[in-house]
Amino acid sequence: MAGASESIVAETAARIFADLADPQTVNRAKDDAWKATLWRAIEDAGLARAWVPDELGGSGAGIEDGFAVLGAAGRCALAAPLAETLLAGWLLARAGMTSPAGAMTVAPARPHDRILMAPDGTLSGRVGNIPFASFAQHIAILADGAAGPVVALVAASDGRVTAGRNVAGDASDSVAFDRVAPLRVAAAPVGLDRDALMLMGSVVRAVETAGALETVLTMSVAYANERVAFERPIGKFQAVQQNLARLAGEVAAALAAAGSAADTMAQADRVDDAVFLEAAAAKIRCAEAAQEGAAIAHQVFGAIGFTKEHVLHRFTLRMLAWRDDFGNESHWAAELGRRVARGGADAFWPLVASR
Amino acid sequence: MTAGLRFDQMRLPAECEALRAEVRAFLAEEIAAGTFDPHRPGHGDAHNRAFSRRVGAKGWIGMTWPKKYGGGERSFLERYVVTEEFRVANAPVRLHFVADRQSGPVLIKYAPEHIKADILPRICRGELCFVIGMSEPGSGSDLFAARAKATKVDGGFRISGTKIWTSNAHIADYMLGLFRTSPPTRENRRHGLTQFLVDMKAPGITVNPVYQMSGQHDFNEVVFDDVFMTEDHVLGEIDGAWKQATSELAYERSGPERFLETFYVMIELIRALGPEPDLRGAEGLGRLVAQLHSLRRMSVSVAGMLHAGKEPVVEGSLVKDLGTLWEQKLPGRVRELTAFLAPEIGNRATLEEQLAFATMIAPKLTIQGGTTEILRGIIARGLGLR
Repeated sequence: MAGASESIVAETAARIFADLADPQTVNRAKDDAWKATLWRAIEDAGLARAWVPDELGGSGAGIEDGFAVLGAAGRCALAAPLAETLLAGWLLARAGMTSPAGAMTVAPARPHDRILMAPDGTLSGRVGNIPFASFAQHIAILADGAAGPVVALVAASDGRVTAGRNVAGDASDSVAFDRVAPLRVAAAPVGLDRDALMLMGSVVRAVETAGALETVLTMSVAYANERVAFERPIGKFQAVQQNLARLAGEVAAALAAAGSAADTMAQADRVDDAVFLEAAAAKIRCAEAAQEGAAIAHQVFGAIGFTKEHVLHRFTLRMLAWRDDFGNESHWAAELGRRVARGGADAFWPLVASR
Repeated sequence: MTAGLRFDQMRLPAECEALRAEVRAFLAEEIAAGTFDPHRPGHGDAHNRAFSRRVGAKGWIGMTWPKKYGGGERSFLERYVVTEEFRVANAPVRLHFVADRQSGPVLIKYAPEHIKADILPRICRGELCFVIGMSEPGSGSDLFAARAKATKVDGGFRISGTKIWTSNAHIADYMLGLFRTSPPTRENRRHGLTQFLVDMKAPGITVNPVYQMSGQHDFNEVVFDDVFMTEDHVLGEIDGAWKQATSELAYERSGPERFLETFYVMIELIRALGPEPDLRGAEGLGRLVAQLHSLRRMSVSVAGMLHAGKEPVVEGSLVKDLGTLWEQKLPGRVRELTAFLAPEIGNRATLEEQLAFATMIAPKLTIQGGTTEILRGIIARGLGLR
């Protein structure tokens, strides 16, 4: 099965990110001019619509390729609404709807937020932690209709956006919808409910986090080999080596969990116990790895890694922020624990071994 | 730039799942017949000669080895399934497990043909127990400090010295041991050790028990007093054993036995929490589930890469580092998560017996087969440090 490095789409993405979203360059930028150039390149290459099939006007690259692109995005700590646009395109496509041009995001992005569709077809509700809502032209919504979940597309300007920021400084906004008429609407297909959307979003964040952790490990090892203290590179000290080996363990766990979950989502069209296990476990384990990994990396870099000037924070803060989107690790751990408990002790090993 | 870590996607193929069903049925029969109690891992013998023979008769020992030596020429992934199902059931595999996992493969690679033809089929039939002779009273993690000597004599070698922490030596038929044939050189302190196949029934061998803090007898001290071995019992290059050690390590370090050693307490935790756990129990259980699932995905991925002929040495070491720490901490987590449950929960007695046992054996998990510290040194080197 193709891994990240074998995907041509992901290679294209990595090239674009290297040229236009290099963390060092972006970190030094005086203004946000780079964002427009980067976004144009992402759109032109069809990356943002990888999860929209050809017949719905997308690039039809497939779920796997889309995740490979997100891995590449994570490896450069991409600060652009690519993951969100992908996810919005996926949501709309699942309901048979085309995607408009431009940046999109999805709502809700927290497990307990709800948007209701009234009998007259308008949407109302308040949702928080919507990534990049203030940059998006459109929002793809999963709302509760009278007859079950519906997928709707709204103009972002029709919602009342209150700008917010996550710890990495990326837009994480609140949006209020007050009797907003959607541009398009369709019933959600069987199996696509709020949990399914949250789990897909969670796997998206897990894959990005694993990518960010890969770069954090590479950077940390390189720095430990370069930085001299007590007359030798700090990477020669066993205490530092042990820390970096622990970091590698966290990166490994994140890569394995996220990769497995992404592969699972590419094959699944509904959430059964196995899909739930894969997706929730990826979000939980990647969030734990983000926390542990960020702490170790900062310890390796010392004071320089704590500066605005150094790029380390672009990775560490972003992966820490991603923990909170689409249900944090505590939320999913409680849900997963309940599910396993309901299944009972005798069903547990067969479930684990089924993956 | 360092070499990136890699975990290829791997799902066990259909033939593995058919095999899994067969293994579960076999284990269920053995449990029903009273061969072992899956809920009492510290209870009864961890080795059982009759059981090992029945496992051998099923073709589940030496599964991946050539048919001409009694093996099954089945895939490494099929062996993985058998290993994990046996481990999860707490089946008494001690007699054949070391031979199956590492001694057999070493013999296949380095033993002369007549020895392979003699010994390997007997391992596959579940008749032979192997012990690893590496550590000595003055040499543990620092393998290359080994002093037990093999001296060249007419027609073979004579060995003298002491090996320690030798699991199963008291029931073993053969040892694969490292003995010093030359002093280390200035340039290479790893030089001078040779691997030998030692017949444990040879005159001059004394096995003294070393009881563990858990009350079990697994460890031994093995004293060699001028024990004669014929020349054909040398495995591989004389003085060059250090070159032979590394390639097997990924197999030894990444298997399911590296994170499932205390798994039974997790099953008992689920039973104790019941179908509707409170928030604390649910969240705690959910995190453990996510961690276990991630470890298994790592481990299966490494198995898949080994199966595909790759050498995921760092990835394999990472499985053992994370896996053994996890299984070591698991009893403590279960203890915390069951702390506020009602005293009269149905499985209280089993839970407490298992927790007591797991707590006693937990310290060894990050020591045996390469300590955490040694593993992390290997990982650091693999990352491009040192």
